[in-house]
Amino acid sequence: MATSTIKKKTAAKAPKATEVKSNSSTTQRLEVLKTYKLYVGGQFPRTESGRYYLATNKKGEQLANICLSSRKDFRDAVGAARGAQKGWASKAANNRGQILYRIAEMLEGRRAQFIDELLKQDSTKAQAEAEVNTAIDRLIYYAGWCDKYQQLFSSVNPVASSHFNFSVPEPTGVIAAIAPQNDSLLGLVSVIAPVIAGGNTIIVLASENKPLCSITFAEVINSSDVPGGVVNILTGKPSELATQFASHMDVNAIIFCEDDELIQKDIQEKASLNVKRVMIYKEVNWNTEQGESPYFILDTQEIKTTWHPIESIGSGGGKY
Amino acid sequence: MSKSNKEVPKLKFNQGWSYAPAPESASHVKLKDRYDLFIGGAFVKPTSGKYFDTINPANEEKLAKVAEANTADVDKAVKAARTAYDKTWKKMPAKERGKYIYRIARMIQERARELAVIETMDGGKPIKESRDVDIPLVANHFFYYAGWADKLQYAFPNRIPQPLGVAGQIIPWNFPLLMAAWKIAPALACGNTVVLKPAETTPLTALKLAEIIQESGLPDGVVNIITGFGDTGAALVNHPGIDKIAFTGSTDVGKIIQKAVAGTNKKVTLELGGKAANIIFDDAPIDQAVEGIINGIYFNQGHVCCAGSRLFVQESVYEEVIQKLKDRLETLIVGDPMDKNTDVGAINSKQQLDNISKYLKIGADEGAEMYQSGCALPGKGFFCKPTIFTNVAQSSRIAQEEIFGPVLTVQTFRTDDEVIEKANNTPFGLSAGVWTDKGSKIFNLTTKMRAGVVWANTYNKFDPTAPFGGYKESGFGREGGLHGLGAYLKW
Repeated sequence: MATSTIKKKTAAKAPKATEVKSNSSTTQRLEVLKTYKLYVGGQFPRTESGRYYLATNKKGEQLANICLSSRKDFRDAVGAARGAQKGWASKAANNRGQILYRIAEMLEGRRAQFIDELLKQDSTKAQAEAEVNTAIDRLIYYAGWCDKYQQLFSSVNPVASSHFNFSVPEPTGVIAAIAPQNDSLLGLVSVIAPVIAGGNTIIVLASENKPLCSITFAEVINSSDVPGGVVNILTGKPSELATQFASHMDVNAIIFCEDDELIQKDIQEKASLNVKRVMIYKEVNWNTEQGESPYFILDTQEIKTTWHPIESIGSGGGKY
Repeated sequence: MSKSNKEVPKLKFNQGWSYAPAPESASHVKLKDRYDLFIGGAFVKPTSGKYFDTINPANEEKLAKVAEANTADVDKAVKAARTAYDKTWKKMPAKERGKYIYRIARMIQERARELAVIETMDGGKPIKESRDVDIPLVANHFFYYAGWADKLQYAFPNRIPQPLGVAGQIIPWNFPLLMAAWKIAPALACGNTVVLKPAETTPLTALKLAEIIQESGLPDGVVNIITGFGDTGAALVNHPGIDKIAFTGSTDVGKIIQKAVAGTNKKVTLELGGKAANIIFDDAPIDQAVEGIINGIYFNQGHVCCAGSRLFVQESVYEEVIQKLKDRLETLIVGDPMDKNTDVGAINSKQQLDNISKYLKIGADEGAEMYQSGCALPGKGFFCKPTIFTNVAQSSRIAQEEIFGPVLTVQTFRTDDEVIEKANNTPFGLSAGVWTDKGSKIFNLTTKMRAGVVWANTYNKFDPTAPFGGYKESGFGREGGLHGLGAYLKW
């Protein structure tokens, strides 16, 4: 419950009647608290399970009731992500870049709200500002890559036979990710941006301990021309959902950002059910430039090689 | 289906000229009676003391005895590779490393004929394929990657590449020496040492490669080649001294390997099964397309992970294509792999022949219509008539599961969207083929195929510079080309 060390608006929902009374007695306006829901298929549903958990700060003070997503929520999200994937991948690369840029613009406009949430989740003011700034800049960084990584990772292959032969990256498909625990906003952005820059769609499980920014970020996504289903954000427990993420047969790859060997092993084992690609980002410092690279985009790309005959009547041609 | 086709002139295949035998000679081939394990630069006896026979699948005659490596032998090989990595290979200047690989490439070229003949004797593939496809590609693969050894820093911008250490490599029996080359050449170029396990039915060319490597003066232990069965492969996968597993084989085994290395720091690349769609549009040059279909599925007896095993024919040309296909099937020469005229050789093993026969029965039981070449099969050895199944449903097991034999399933379609949907409706994603005369349609189709290799108006072409590998359950990682380097480096 709210204490003197935290501003009034950090009070958990449904504050005690006495507090409401005290508010009204000082004629202060009662603050409207936000309901933190999920973001699936461009909508903000509550968890179908009806379950919740309490987000707290380090001191144990309550911040909000957070949806405790279920396996069914995840399955719904995969359906939404699969439905959106073809359309997103077939958008012009330039257009994807503009949409990522638009996310950055929206985030910039809501800096104050994110800084406020980070402060509630134990960041210092300097840390909170730095995290929001880096998150915005990271989106701009990946916006720029949307129509460039293809050229970096493609090749025209000088085959010995009479064929025009080239290799290009294509999106892996539907990606499930468990975001870093410690960087509530920046971790989320750093995982989502390279995946969608590359034409994939994503279901991401936000930081369990610092979930506030995730749903607020979903509001940013929702107002940025990102088609519904491209980004789906769940809140809940990695310990409960990781195994579901890894075993779903319509997920093509999984990203795990925690240093938890047991969960990691479980993910890697279950991933073998349909030969999922597994990325473990446990030693990445998201606050530095180490946290951004076109190689993060490449992690969720498949290389396709196309062969096309060249008519070479009368030429020397190629022979082994 | 239109019956408006002009009368297709029918060739008569059962009369007139027949081919005289044109057997390749094996007189220049040097095979020992018994092969030991190649560990630390020497051929050493297996700890188990056990040997198994490798036979010629075309006549079931024994070719040689081969050592069976047990866990202790695997351990010995991994330690030899580790020592070679620490003491020699990782310290060697990249230029010198490259020169060793070049030297191996050249020695393979010098002995190309012997290697081709052994490949055909041990595996059953037609001599014209091992002579004109497999062995030249083997030499070219080493030659290509040799040149990368001192240029790795240019391959991955803004990254500093490092070798992984010791690579454990497990390869299949369909392209025995070529798969060894695909594994060993990039691994060495990137500065790793290797332990390679060839398949139990086709160990001989890998062991001949061991002899070449020994003669080349490559430092002891940089390449170790150990023979054995699945147990040997499992021991290699589970050995804690391995930094990397590269596997080519079935999706079932690939999944077991992916699960087995969970929770370790081993890097993995998997090149697994396929069930490729080969799509014929009505505007395709039909005669060329029929050649492409034949090459797509009957090349190497259909023992090809990227074989075009699911044929999709646009309805308007269905009857013409099927008739031409059946006619062409009758002209395929099936039999002695050592004969230079043979198109379809021996099935690699009794086990594989049984597996294919199982699927022929499943296809018939599922109500598909079976057509087989009228060719006569040799009395000895393992052979299968080239087979076409028509009237196949999308849900049929013969259209869903990898058969790995000379068996084609045929389905029809009307629209582009329909065939894209059907072609992609499989857990596999290794390869695909598209036949049409229209350029924009080619690129629409090749873009929409969820597969790692797509051939347009051609099929089953390979090159050291062209990355190869799968989407979805056909595995991950690439072999060949610049992209193939990524499988053997860390940053």
